[in-house]
Amino acid sequence: MADIRNNFVGIKSPNPFWLASAPPTDKAYNVERAYAAGWGGVVWKTLGEEGPPVVNVNGPRYGAIWGADRRLLGLNNIELITDRPLQVNLQEMKAVKKKWRDRALIASIMVPCEEEAWKAILPLVEETEADGIELNFGCPHGMSERGMGAAVGQVPEYVEMVVRWCKQYTRMPVITKLTPNVTDVRRPARAAKNGGTDAVSLINTINSITGVDLDTCSPTPSIDGKGTHGGYCGPAVKPIALNMVAEIARDSETYGLPISGIGGVTTWRDAAEFLMLGAGNVQVCTAAMTYGFKIVQEMITGLEAWMDEKGYATLDDFRGKAVPNVTDWQYLNLNYIAKAHIDQDACIKCGRCHIACEDTSHQAITNMVNGVRHFEVIEEECVACNLCIDVCPVESCITMVEKQPGEIDKRTGKVVSAEYANWTTHPNNPMAKVAAE
Amino acid sequence: MGRLEPGIHAGRLSPAEYEKNFSELHPVFSDHEALVASDRCYFCYDAPCMTACPTSIDVPLFIRQISTGNAIGAAKTIFDQNIMGGMCARVCPTETLCEQACVRNTAEERPVEIGRLQRYATDKAMGAGKQFYTRPASNGKSVGVVGAGPAGLAAAHRLAMHGFNVMVYDHREKAGGLNEYGIATYKATDDIAQKEADYILSVGGIDVLDGEMLGRDFTLADLKAKHDAVFLGIGLGGVNALTVEGTHEFGVVDAVEFIANLRQAETKSDVPVGRRVVVIGGGMTAVDAAVQAKLLGAEEVTMCYRRGQEHMNASLYEQELAASKGVLIRHWLAPKAVLSHSGHVTGITMAYTHLENGLLKETGHTVDIACDQILTAIGQTLDIAGLDTIRIEKGKIVIDEEGRTSVAGVWAGGDCATGGEDLTVSAVAMGRDAAMSIIKALA
Repeated sequence: MADIRNNFVGIKSPNPFWLASAPPTDKAYNVERAYAAGWGGVVWKTLGEEGPPVVNVNGPRYGAIWGADRRLLGLNNIELITDRPLQVNLQEMKAVKKKWRDRALIASIMVPCEEEAWKAILPLVEETEADGIELNFGCPHGMSERGMGAAVGQVPEYVEMVVRWCKQYTRMPVITKLTPNVTDVRRPARAAKNGGTDAVSLINTINSITGVDLDTCSPTPSIDGKGTHGGYCGPAVKPIALNMVAEIARDSETYGLPISGIGGVTTWRDAAEFLMLGAGNVQVCTAAMTYGFKIVQEMITGLEAWMDEKGYATLDDFRGKAVPNVTDWQYLNLNYIAKAHIDQDACIKCGRCHIACEDTSHQAITNMVNGVRHFEVIEEECVACNLCIDVCPVESCITMVEKQPGEIDKRTGKVVSAEYANWTTHPNNPMAKVAAE
Repeated sequence: MGRLEPGIHAGRLSPAEYEKNFSELHPVFSDHEALVASDRCYFCYDAPCMTACPTSIDVPLFIRQISTGNAIGAAKTIFDQNIMGGMCARVCPTETLCEQACVRNTAEERPVEIGRLQRYATDKAMGAGKQFYTRPASNGKSVGVVGAGPAGLAAAHRLAMHGFNVMVYDHREKAGGLNEYGIATYKATDDIAQKEADYILSVGGIDVLDGEMLGRDFTLADLKAKHDAVFLGIGLGGVNALTVEGTHEFGVVDAVEFIANLRQAETKSDVPVGRRVVVIGGGMTAVDAAVQAKLLGAEEVTMCYRRGQEHMNASLYEQELAASKGVLIRHWLAPKAVLSHSGHVTGITMAYTHLENGLLKETGHTVDIACDQILTAIGQTLDIAGLDTIRIEKGKIVIDEEGRTSVAGVWAGGDCATGGEDLTVSAVAMGRDAAMSIIKALA
């Protein structure tokens, strides 16, 4: 049986599934229900400085987009950090941690970008015996207007400065949560590392408007006829998150920096993907907000079953295994030749592959053969773009078949080469010629 | 006691049972159900469902319109091809047409519910009184349409849309033809046939003369003299009679008439039915009659067909529906003699049949089935009165691919003409296409 115990920057949890700092982790009641359901760790809803707490809107905080049958694909929120008094949160955290020793409890913190503010709150958090802190440099809405959250995360110098203060004033491990609302996520990650962070976590939510109410002409969610951008999360953001995690995992300056992967994790498979791209664990929010805390049981059992099947005994056995395979476009093997192949027994003859290819790609799929409705790849035209597979409603009906060295690529008429060759050496690349000279 | 009263009697059931039995078979989708059902459509290229539809409705497009909350737009997509999309959504044998062609059958043996989605969209539009077509100024040309059934109304609508003045002649009191008089009650509730006829006629430019019968009140020559073109959508007005001994006895009823009377009956409890009923025939009419006899409270209903199940014209779906309502379907039985006592039917002698070198033969064995009512559904025939010299073959008016008959200036379509499939939807297609041919010819 696979061992999925997790050790993230010294913080131990029975599994790599943590609840992200968000509405589900705002108070002891929810957090204890999460632990009872099986969550390995919880990042408590972001704490602000002492004094009157922030206030939230009293209208809708969430907006969503849906797929077929109203499956929730993307969620956006305009909720601020915890709107409960700091002391209440701290007391509850302490009590909960005492009761749930084997689970990870992390305090998310967001206070003004001033040394005194951080110096004041860190001892109070330490007092709760929380396992670590997460610096919220990510929230893109509301708090960023006040110079916090994403407003800090978007300035690498601020990130480094605050991380340095935190490392100075607490012994707790520091996880720096990054905003995706930047051009190059590696820069704040490098800054966090330079400041001495123990880890980064990403992604926080993405600036978004989920929709426009066509009757009221208001963006949604709408508060009294007005709307503001919120933070976007859920399954829809996973590809963006995976890329950002990979960028940091393979960057020479941040290589090896522990990463807590966040962004659309909904199933065990999503979690395994984040881990393979170098994440040490994952944080989840939208899946829990959609289905409740029980969802973690699918994640745990699914991950264990897959690890058993693959022969991975521990998380470290596969963590980061995909990182070496993430590369720049210029290094992709241009001699790799594949062709789409349609399994005629599995084909239901919907014709989506044909029309997608015919109208928008390479005219490489038939729709009629000898007067009969029949969809078949025309290898002479197929560039293996994968669009047919992406639009086919039947799993594994269309596959990419690799051409073996020595075979003829019917599109180019050339023999498939066994040699690896990429753009850097390609004759069409003017830079390649310079390099060759 | 009313329930088991021997003979033919009305009021066999309680009011609640009548209510339940003659309510709709498939109620209309709710908005949510329609959304979920429409999500299943793959929006196929050159969609097989569209090809399978005799009226070539753009099924993927209308379903996609439903999925985006545009049911009214979906209705227009449907009506553009089939102005009787509402009735067709209720009565089409979708299991042998669009839904049979649905690619979802291949993967999961469950097609997109095209018929019910069409019903959803057309109900929305008709319910909202949404008219998509406006009649241009009259072009001064006149077309006489005989028969206010699916073929006639489809032709009339298309002609009116193009500025023709249309005069529709029908011998019945109400427009709609078989939609009004020939469809099982539970498939056409809420006076849908009349609502649809009104909806179609509201485009303007169409006058309906009821009580006017070809061959009795006027001839084809009269029409030709009066109009620039004539369309015949007269259906099959006659029925094949049972040609065995004793058919004159009380209790032998034509199934078409039985169905029509039931449809027109305000109160179903007034419609008499036998305690034990035998239905002769293997088509849709036989099924509709048998099922409804059961729903009226008959204790036993036996459908007898002279050939095997594989030869039945009733679709498998209809056969299963009949079975689920308690109708016993027996095959390889041909009527031999009606049994009676004091002029009232008491049973029927059926001969066992089989195929000998491809020919249907009696085996020599017989069986008596006790019953007090016999419903005959052994085929309908063309009533040739008033058709003059028009060419008729195998009991149908011969038409070409555009619907033209052998008589210049006369078109025909629907059940009365060659090439039809005895379905509402194909009658609509034939009426519509003949109208397009008339429009071209008179241009």
